[in-house]
Amino acid sequence: MSTVASSTPTAPAARDAETTRGLVEITKVRKSFGVTEVLKGITLTVEPGGVAVIVGPSGSGKSTLLRTINHLEKVDAGFIAIDGTLVGYEVRGRRLHELPEKEILKQRTEIGMVFQNFNLFPHLTALENVTEAPVVAPRAGKPRSSRAEARARGLELLDRVGLKDRAGAYPRQLSGGQQQRVAIARALALDPKILLFDEPTSALDPELVNEVLDVIRGLAKSGTTLIIVTHEMGFARDVADTVVFMDQGQIVEQGTPQEIFTNPREERTRSFFSKVIEPAFNI
Amino acid sequence: MSSTATPVAQSAPEPASAGIESAPDTAPAGTAGPAGPAVDGGTAGAETASAETAGSAGRKAATDYEDYRLVPARHPWRWVGTAVVALGVAGIAWSLATNPRWEWGVVAQWFTAQSIVNGLLETLKLTAISGALGFILGFILALMRLSASPLLVSVSWTFSWIFRSTPLLVQMLLWYNLGYLYEKISLGLPFTDVRFFEAQTTTLISQFAAAVLGLTLNQAAYSAEIIRGGILSVDQGQLEAATALGIPAWRRSTRIVLPQAMRAILPTAFNEVIGLVKGTSIVYVLAYSELFYTVQVIYNRTQQVLPLLLVATLWYVVITSVLSVFQYYIERHYSKGAVRTLPLTPLQKARKFLSTHAPATGKTTQERGTR
Ligand SMILES: Nc1ncnc2c1ncn2[C@@H]1O[C@H](COP(=O)(O)OP(=O)(O)O)[C@@H](O)[C@H]1O
Ligand SMILES: [Mg+2]
Repeated sequence: MSTVASSTPTAPAARDAETTRGLVEITKVRKSFGVTEVLKGITLTVEPGGVAVIVGPSGSGKSTLLRTINHLEKVDAGFIAIDGTLVGYEVRGRRLHELPEKEILKQRTEIGMVFQNFNLFPHLTALENVTEAPVVAPRAGKPRSSRAEARARGLELLDRVGLKDRAGAYPRQLSGGQQQRVAIARALALDPKILLFDEPTSALDPELVNEVLDVIRGLAKSGTTLIIVTHEMGFARDVADTVVFMDQGQIVEQGTPQEIFTNPREERTRSFFSKVIEPAFNI
Repeated sequence: MSSTATPVAQSAPEPASAGIESAPDTAPAGTAGPAGPAVDGGTAGAETASAETAGSAGRKAATDYEDYRLVPARHPWRWVGTAVVALGVAGIAWSLATNPRWEWGVVAQWFTAQSIVNGLLETLKLTAISGALGFILGFILALMRLSASPLLVSVSWTFSWIFRSTPLLVQMLLWYNLGYLYEKISLGLPFTDVRFFEAQTTTLISQFAAAVLGLTLNQAAYSAEIIRGGILSVDQGQLEAATALGIPAWRRSTRIVLPQAMRAILPTAFNEVIGLVKGTSIVYVLAYSELFYTVQVIYNRTQQVLPLLLVATLWYVVITSVLSVFQYYIERHYSKGAVRTLPLTPLQKARKFLSTHAPATGKTTQERGTR
């Protein structure tokens, strides 16, 4: 379905919008917090409709990388493009101009994000959580939804994640797994090209993990580009086209699940998996 | 306890439970919980120490207690305490009612007198206007303080610093005497030539204007801190999620952050408003005829000092009580989603109390279980 080219330093060319819904090109991205460099030149391409799973030890910069993709975090160097359009900047002549807030918001509506601790709005019901953004967010090339449209679509999405009957519940009245499924519906409400998942099951009790993973599995087949940070290796093996192993702000290696899990080339990858996977089999 | 232990917990006493007061031979204690049937006071241990499963029917121990009468636990010390407090309250009430020096007749005579009511209305007006303006300005100051601009941050900080560190009385007198310091004043942008209007200071700063100005600015300085604290109490992830969804900045503040901040803001904000109600009495120094000043004028004439102070006090109590009721319901509104189930309103509580404390005749353990 998709391939990964880890070495495309050239600026992404504009492509036909039909075939390139959700192409993510990350090129030589660097990011520091103070003196610590957290991303040390990351280059990664995820094809439209592809599923990339990012794994790696805690603190290796996985979350930071995800956050640069929707410009929650500004990069220090390098660039990120979605379908050939730079995120957060505009090319004018030989200069990159930082986009005004409103334009960045539009870009963000094309990129959904699901957080480790859900971040649902606690004072809004499940349905209100899902319908808030479509009604108020400025969309790229689309009008805002009316309340009625948003509501109909919201119920449809809640149905899709199996929570139609909890539409009126507040987040605190839902289990962790249910909350995360609402968060996924919320991210889908803007009909994004790309969905980012930052450890979507790490805050869940073990028996709730699968209900969330099942929803994500369904999305993997839908043609939306998914970039998923997770520690669920079995799930990664199932769902990924590409597995990316990150350590200390760098991509150590990437490839098909087969290549990375069964035959890692790098010693660092091997030692990481020996810590992460084997204990799971020993139980 | 190891996981292989038999489910029959021999005679291990369950944690004390509701029925403990009843006579020991009826021993309903163990049956209250769902795991009850296995434990049966004195008999079970003697009969069957073997690993009979808890569910096995037919054993005498499993008799259902459905027909038993439930005797609620009694709290004698609670009654003693209540009696002591009630006596104290009665004593105070008695002395208030019977000591002629309180002059309740005078209080009643003045309580709804026209001049008092006018003063009361002025007090309410001052509170409403300077409270509203103070909180609006405070909100703006709080946003400035939280902004990324160092200039806005320091302006906001300095404002709070000045108005919190000077006595309100001094501020009032300063505003009122502004005409002495500056003959003309104009409203405009600071440090620019932009002027919206210009006027003679003494015509502009009436007693009312000085009062509102003093109370508002002072209130704004305090409100700013309260609102800022509320905003800071909202989890950073909320803003992040809203940003990631492309929700515009103003909407993020008003729809996502502020409603959540309200929970932290409201209790302190109501403290402030209640303080302000009584704080307005300070404008008597401007000879502004609000409640307190009116009362003073009257008792200077009639020499009925205490009864008239009592009149003012009672009105302040009334206002505060009304505000407290508002506070309760507004806080309840904003606790939506923050608590799993909304707390009951006093009315609902009263109903529940009446229904559960109805005469206990015929109440059985089964009913109790479903309560
Ligand atoms: N806002 C921030 N300020 C300072 N340091 C940060 C910030 N965000 C992340 N870091 C640091 O960057 C490193 C990578 O963090 P992160 O991307 O969250 O890693 P991961 O998600 O792989 O666990 C960590 O050492 C973390 O402490
Ligand atoms: Mg992380």
